[in-house]
Amino acid sequence: MSFTGLVSIALGAILIQNFIFSQFLGICPFMGVSKKMDTALGMGIAVTFVMGIASVFCWLVNTYLLVPLGLGYMQTVAYILVIASLVQFVEMFLKKSIPSLYQALGIYLPLITTNCAVLGVVLLNTQNNYNFLESVVYGITGGLGFLVAIVLFASVRERLDLTGDSPKSFEGFPIALISAGLLALAFMGFSGLKVF
Amino acid sequence: MNNVLFAFCVLGGLGVVFGLVLAVASQVFHVEEDPRIAKIQSCLNGANCGACGYTGCAAYAQAIVKEDAPRNLCAPGGAAAVDGIAAILGEATPEFVRQVAFVRCSGGDKAHNKYNYDGVKDCALASASTGGGPLSCAYGCLGYGNCVSVCKFDAIHIVDGVAKVDHEKCRGCLACVSACPKKLIVALPYDAVGTIACNNTDKGGITRKVCESGCLGCHLCEKNCPHNAVHIVDNLSVKDFSKCQNCGICAEKCPRKLIFFPGSPAHIENKEEKIG
Repeated sequence: MSFTGLVSIALGAILIQNFIFSQFLGICPFMGVSKKMDTALGMGIAVTFVMGIASVFCWLVNTYLLVPLGLGYMQTVAYILVIASLVQFVEMFLKKSIPSLYQALGIYLPLITTNCAVLGVVLLNTQNNYNFLESVVYGITGGLGFLVAIVLFASVRERLDLTGDSPKSFEGFPIALISAGLLALAFMGFSGLKVF
Repeated sequence: MNNVLFAFCVLGGLGVVFGLVLAVASQVFHVEEDPRIAKIQSCLNGANCGACGYTGCAAYAQAIVKEDAPRNLCAPGGAAAVDGIAAILGEATPEFVRQVAFVRCSGGDKAHNKYNYDGVKDCALASASTGGGPLSCAYGCLGYGNCVSVCKFDAIHIVDGVAKVDHEKCRGCLACVSACPKKLIVALPYDAVGTIACNNTDKGGITRKVCESGCLGCHLCEKNCPHNAVHIVDNLSVKDFSKCQNCGICAEKCPRKLIFFPGSPAHIENKEEKIG
């Protein structure tokens, strides 16, 4: 696979086919942890991290175990298993080896086990027949797209809280959902973007 | 049927392998932890609500053991959590001193403005604008109610342009203390709130020009205090709570009626205002 192909996958994952804004995956943490900038940043980094390594291991499991045995239809179940154990493993590993990173990711790491964006990225890898390198690039840049989305949205929400201009009945989640919709509209502007 | 069995075996095998890896990893990557941390965590509410200011119950439990964090931060856990923590750590149950917030300003409508402020009605933004906000007094309450909006107990309100705390409703969470950009709100013991409702350290003449309700530093409170508990520091009356006997003489003598006391005229007036 050529370099330009990888760049187009990366741009597609971050801007054009952003996980939050055009595929609507991972909305739960997106709404839940976007009240403050620093927690949003922590969640975004943790998601990027887990998406990257989940792509690696799910590709390996799919290519060397499921496909040769003709068990392709069990992908979803196998991937959930892989992601859950992987997150547990990474958590233990970080706690022992890199405590500072473990502290920084905090409670977000175990929360990601059930993030549908992570399952989404590995299923899309298989659906698009990506090879190993493409899967890894798609996983990491998909996470970066999530990071961009949640950080942008957190800054919007901080602003909203500060000005408090919204009508009483729209305060809190309703206005957050509306602004998320408007952000998604803005991101549709990227859908015309063509790479090479 | 064979297909089902085959899939079951392969995925089951995968699960067993991962389980074994995790079991080994939990031994290899085992981190020695103070057993008290887990015990304290079980005392806490377990809601991971973040009210204590840490990232979760586990982080708070760790902070108690390692960083000697305050024991009474778990709001959902309440007194039961505090007792539990004290029992685990082998400490005497800390005595609760009920604290309430107190706004050290009574200016509001009595303070003068130096210009008309047309921006967002937010204390933090207003105090960051020209000259520290529209108020002539650089120390005073801007009255846009950042403290009101952070109060979860409906205990603080803007009355006549200045924030006032309802000491009966105040639960002492002190969220308003950090919300005030002018740093006007302080925590005081519930039964000894008598202190001065002004934070202006300018000289009397200057204070008189900017506010009709500012402390002039006239020394009347200092001279009349029988317990040597009140002093004028930087043109502002400051009370030493360790010496104060709550006699209320300073509140009577204050020409501007700025000293709020349990039972003092200003305090009672303050309460009636809220009832009405």
